[in-house]
Amino acid sequence: MTEMTLTSDGRPRRASGSIATRAVLYVLLLLFAAYYLLPLFVMVVNSLKPLAEIQQGNMLALPREWTAAPWVSAWDQAQIGIQATGLAPYLWNSIKMVVPAVAIATMLGALNGYVLTKWRFPGHRIVFGLMLFSCFIPFQIVLIPMARVLGLLGLAGTTPGLILVHVVYGLGFTTLFFRNYYEAFPNELIRAAQMDGAGFWQIFTRILLPSSGPIIVVTVIWQFTNVWNDFLFGASFASPASQPITVALNNLVNSSTGVREYNVHFAGAILAALPTLIVYVVAGRYFVRGLMAGAVKG
Amino acid sequence: MGSLDIVHLKKSYGSLSVLDDISLSIEKGGFLVLVGPSGCGKSTLLNTIAGLEPITSGEIRIAGQDVSGLKPADRDIAMVFQSYALYPTMTVAQNIAFGLEMRKVPKAEREAAVKRVADILQIGHLLDRKPSQLSGGQRQRVAMGRALTRNPQVFLFDEPLSNLDAKLRVDMRTEIKRLHERLKTTVVYVTHDQIEAMTLATKIAVLKGGVLQQFGTPAEIYDNPANLFVAEFMGSPSMNLVKGKVDGDGRAVTVARASDPLRLPVRANRILAGYAGREIIVGIRPEAITDPRTDNGGDPSVVVSDFRIDVVEPTGADVYAISELGGRQAIGRCSADYPVRAGEVSRLAVHTSKIVYFDPESEERIA
Repeated sequence: MTEMTLTSDGRPRRASGSIATRAVLYVLLLLFAAYYLLPLFVMVVNSLKPLAEIQQGNMLALPREWTAAPWVSAWDQAQIGIQATGLAPYLWNSIKMVVPAVAIATMLGALNGYVLTKWRFPGHRIVFGLMLFSCFIPFQIVLIPMARVLGLLGLAGTTPGLILVHVVYGLGFTTLFFRNYYEAFPNELIRAAQMDGAGFWQIFTRILLPSSGPIIVVTVIWQFTNVWNDFLFGASFASPASQPITVALNNLVNSSTGVREYNVHFAGAILAALPTLIVYVVAGRYFVRGLMAGAVKG
Repeated sequence: MGSLDIVHLKKSYGSLSVLDDISLSIEKGGFLVLVGPSGCGKSTLLNTIAGLEPITSGEIRIAGQDVSGLKPADRDIAMVFQSYALYPTMTVAQNIAFGLEMRKVPKAEREAAVKRVADILQIGHLLDRKPSQLSGGQRQRVAMGRALTRNPQVFLFDEPLSNLDAKLRVDMRTEIKRLHERLKTTVVYVTHDQIEAMTLATKIAVLKGGVLQQFGTPAEIYDNPANLFVAEFMGSPSMNLVKGKVDGDGRAVTVARASDPLRLPVRANRILAGYAGREIIVGIRPEAITDPRTDNGGDPSVVVSDFRIDVVEPTGADVYAISELGGRQAIGRCSADYPVRAGEVSRLAVHTSKIVYFDPESEERIA
């Protein structure tokens, strides 16, 4: 845009340094891109090699013999703990945990945001402050009390128990997101709906929720990533039957007998990371747009 | 449609009083305008009528029934908001029908109502659009349409024209007046624009600091303002308020000028006997200081005098001639062809029958 400067006789010309600047820029960007993509490259390449090729030592080389066997093994044959089930059942465990956890936390967050901005009650600031505070409590602190609570509720070692933990931990963030989004939502619209005869739920479902697209996307991505990637709660509160894929991946890597099957480990790690990657690729654009929405929109 | 009565309405936040003992009533089919500077409580008063804000004490009666304990939806009122408050995710037709839908009116009836309203407001071609695809004037119409569908007892308007540009504002003002004359629904209308108040109202309530200053017809408010605040607020340019001294018998007031003093006779029914010899505030509307026309020769209430003109402001239709009166600048309004020039002396006629008088201490009108 500003590459054009004026020469002494007034004609525009290309600034002499600009091509060099641009070249440096591109080289740097390419270097950084390579730096960040290298781990992914290593993972993909080595997940498609026979184990013997990895043991020869060159991690960066392309496979001489391409094979999908490590993927098949990681999916449903590899030894996880004491059983040779592969990661597939644990992927389902994760999905059964993530989908309700995200849906419930998002809906409750939206409802909290609605009440905290449009149906204010005495002390609403304190309530919001306390919910916000929950965002800053480290996971480790609540492990033992949470285990006790889950035990009392009879949910210890179950998927519903994990869902409960993630919903409780997610609420602080989802409430924060929705409260800030609804704070900017015009009160006159709520009043107009009240005059039109809409009640508490009708205003929420007919007026607010249809306008909440961007913030729902942001919240869902945020919650999905956090819950899917969680290891600590999964390792602490799940039984072997309800373990999420992150825990299973750990068990896969640690329970190999004799030879370490690096190619299977790489394939398994990619499998475990794939859903979050897909979510980012599909909805990443909305994520940035949603985060910006409050700032830019008039 | 029905009448609206506000009886000793009070509203306060803790010890802070925002509406202080307001009593008003507007007849069925009347057009009540609440006017005042920002922060005077006019929008709060409207919101209490709507039921969007609670009141501390008093009564609000719609068609004779006290509604002050009812929810907004149960008061049989409809409101047009300053920002229009159209539901952004719904089409125009859905916006208009939403109130009926919430009241569980069958679909066929809703569609008929939308069509009727669209015809009245000529927005039939916009029904499938979203609010974001409409211009300011169109949004305004849709907002009115939403209020019209339900045939409420009372319409409430909260500064509906303040977001429009000047030209459109005048058009929509006329349209609102035409609509009111056609539908004959009771209207309560909030504005800070005194011209809107004068042109639309059958009754005006002037508020300041949560206190009702005056309640009356536009003519009463304009000709006989209750106090200095109302006198200054209503009318553009403002009423000239200058110091004058009452003569011994209260039948004339003398206003000092740099040149000769100006002696203005007091109308027979306004004799200021009680103020004889005292200083008061004289209120003269700009149009009462004008070019002397030939036809008022001999009228004793018209005082013709020489004025030294300081500034001349031509507006096209009129010329405002500004000169010194009682130590303050006073504006006179002359016809455009009357030859007044800045720095020269012109003969102007003062129509004393239009003059009002105020007590300088209490600021109330005394005659």
